Amino acid sequence: MSDIYLDNNATTMVDPAVFEEMKPYFCEQFGNPSSLHSFGNKVGFALKKARKQIQDLLGAEHDSEIIFTSCGTESDSTAILSALKAQPDRKEIITTVVEHPAVLTLCEYLETEGYTVHKLEVDSKGRLDLDKYKSLLSDKVAVVSVMWANNESGTIFPIEEMAQMAAEKGIMFHTDAVQAVGKIPINLKESAISMLSLSGHKLHAPKGIGVLYLRRGVRYRPLLRGGHQERGRRAGTENAPAIVGLGKACEMAAEHMAFENTQVKAMRDRLEQGILAAVPHCFVTGDPDNRLPNTASIAFEYIEGEAILLLLNKAGIAASSGSACTSGSLEPSHVMRAMGIPYTAAHGTVRFSFSRYNTMDEVERVIEEVPSIVAKLRKLSPYWGENGPVENPGEAFAPVYA
Amino acid sequence: MWDYSEKVQEHFYNPKNAGAVEGANGVGDVGSISCGDALRLTLKVEPETEVILDAGFQTFGCGSAIASSSALTEMIKGLTLDEALKISNQDIADYLDGLPPEKMHCSVMGREALQAAVANYRGEVWEDDHEEGALVCKCFAVDEVMIEDTIRANNLHTVEEVTNYTKAGGGCSSCHEGIENILTRVLAEKGETFVAGGAAVAKPAAAKAPEAPKMGTLARIRKIEAVLDSIRPALQADNGDVELVDVDGKNIYVHLTGACTGCQMAAMTLGGIQQRMIEELGEFVKVIPASKEALVSMEG
Repeated sequence: MSDIYLDNNATTMVDPAVFEEMKPYFCEQFGNPSSLHSFGNKVGFALKKARKQIQDLLGAEHDSEIIFTSCGTESDSTAILSALKAQPDRKEIITTVVEHPAVLTLCEYLETEGYTVHKLEVDSKGRLDLDKYKSLLSDKVAVVSVMWANNESGTIFPIEEMAQMAAEKGIMFHTDAVQAVGKIPINLKESAISMLSLSGHKLHAPKGIGVLYLRRGVRYRPLLRGGHQERGRRAGTENAPAIVGLGKACEMAAEHMAFENTQVKAMRDRLEQGILAAVPHCFVTGDPDNRLPNTASIAFEYIEGEAILLLLNKAGIAASSGSACTSGSLEPSHVMRAMGIPYTAAHGTVRFSFSRYNTMDEVERVIEEVPSIVAKLRKLSPYWGENGPVENPGEAFAPVYA
Repeated sequence: MWDYSEKVQEHFYNPKNAGAVEGANGVGDVGSISCGDALRLTLKVEPETEVILDAGFQTFGCGSAIASSSALTEMIKGLTLDEALKISNQDIADYLDGLPPEKMHCSVMGREALQAAVANYRGEVWEDDHEEGALVCKCFAVDEVMIEDTIRANNLHTVEEVTNYTKAGGGCSSCHEGIENILTRVLAEKGETFVAGGAAVAKPAAAKAPEAPKMGTLARIRKIEAVLDSIRPALQADNGDVELVDVDGKNIYVHLTGACTGCQMAAMTLGGIQQRMIEELGEFVKVIPASKEALVSMEG
């Protein structure tokens, strides 16, 4: 039996059709798109087509609003740093406590450079307080940067509304939409969003390609100078094969948008319902009414995520965890902590993230495997008794922490 | 994912001595704040001889926390309490054929659980003296608290000094920004300013560590041989060996033989030899693996 891949929020398989589109751009169509000769010219046309495909998926008004970058992180950095450079008198940034490190780490660094960073908190379901947000909007704020959908819990933020609120105060609005693009419909021309980041490898394009959407007229300062590429807004020779692949992937994402929100969602819902019915003391994190169709985040109490992942992996199932120990940093998931999930559950969160390549048979196999894995680890846990958690787990086991 | 040794995987997938020991007379409950893992160790000790008859663990934690717990219980069964207390966290890691540097705290937790359980058996109160911070140097597993304390205790001012005292930053050097940030913060406590590449300006630096006298070539090579000789018994215990191939300026070429060849731990072994060399020679050197043949062809 082949292994089951349920870690599509981490990265996705390159769609075979995407790969086919890319192939000629290595050994045959290898020209530099900037060159005048036919080698380069053809590549130039291919990039133009890709730009249009991406524009269509995002619902952007102009194709020149699409700037190719190397990854989502570069897009995030470019957007935020551009807003600060272009508006040197504005020294504040608004973001959230649950952002991806691509934004959070940069903001923490900017704090050391003298900027004030307001991090909006979330409630137990991962939702923002828009009144609080409104109170922070002022002419001191250079940029608001809020993710469209959370990578761990899948919770979707009201980005269009928040962008509108910022626009009314004349504030630039950036969204890290790497988890949202291709999974939920986006129509940028009808929004007030100034800048948006996307990453190719989250939607079946290859790694190493990203996009910064920059609304026409938004003041901008490049991160990389040194060439006329992307109209001087991002210097460096274009990654032509990856751009062509991303174009195709965007076209396919648009075609599968309905599938994603019905069939993929049905698999996710069946998985959650199956696991919750079979495993005691576990619960879904995030906002069940408002989240990505492909993401299930389940907290298994009294056990630890990395141990769960290792046993899942042994059973041929790939997932990921908000546990401290799966990351190099040893920090427990900042997203789970922000939602106030207790330690003993936050460490046991497992994220199953689907794509259109998963099947209902796979879902049933995962539902079969999970209960015994959880039971095996609970047997080792000091918080777990014969048939359930020990009485007053917090008192029965209160270790000395160092 | 982590690069876990076969031994770690074995102890994780099939842990030994899981669960509480019946009739236990020593219990130790400890946790690691940095990752939230926690462990209960239960011991059954024979009162007359203080021999550990049985040991069991219950762990809330990751793969290496469970494997370290399992390894610890296997290691201490049959030992007296005093013998068991001699086990260091490095011994636990060695028993498992090594742990990733980020996971060394899992073995520390095991040793602390043992101390706590022994204290509990003896009716003493165990106090933890070990504080752990965020890992800064991943090459040598040095955390923030260790670096801060060392800077304060020794009045350090530069990244280079921090490396000399703690090893932190002596490997790939990608943590130097982090070390500079710690220096900036700690020096600010004393009203000093961190200046890259030199001593702080507000106050003259305290007496510098005396520089090692320059050694002649022959003395230097003898010293290098002596360091290798001192390390050799440890390698031979694992059926390995090391020989000196060449010395070229700051580069010391060595050849690892026997069981060391191709061993996952070879890189760590080389790192350890390099560290000893730096300490003994009082200068920075690089220890590079090379066979005699390879070196000849390299020079040719």
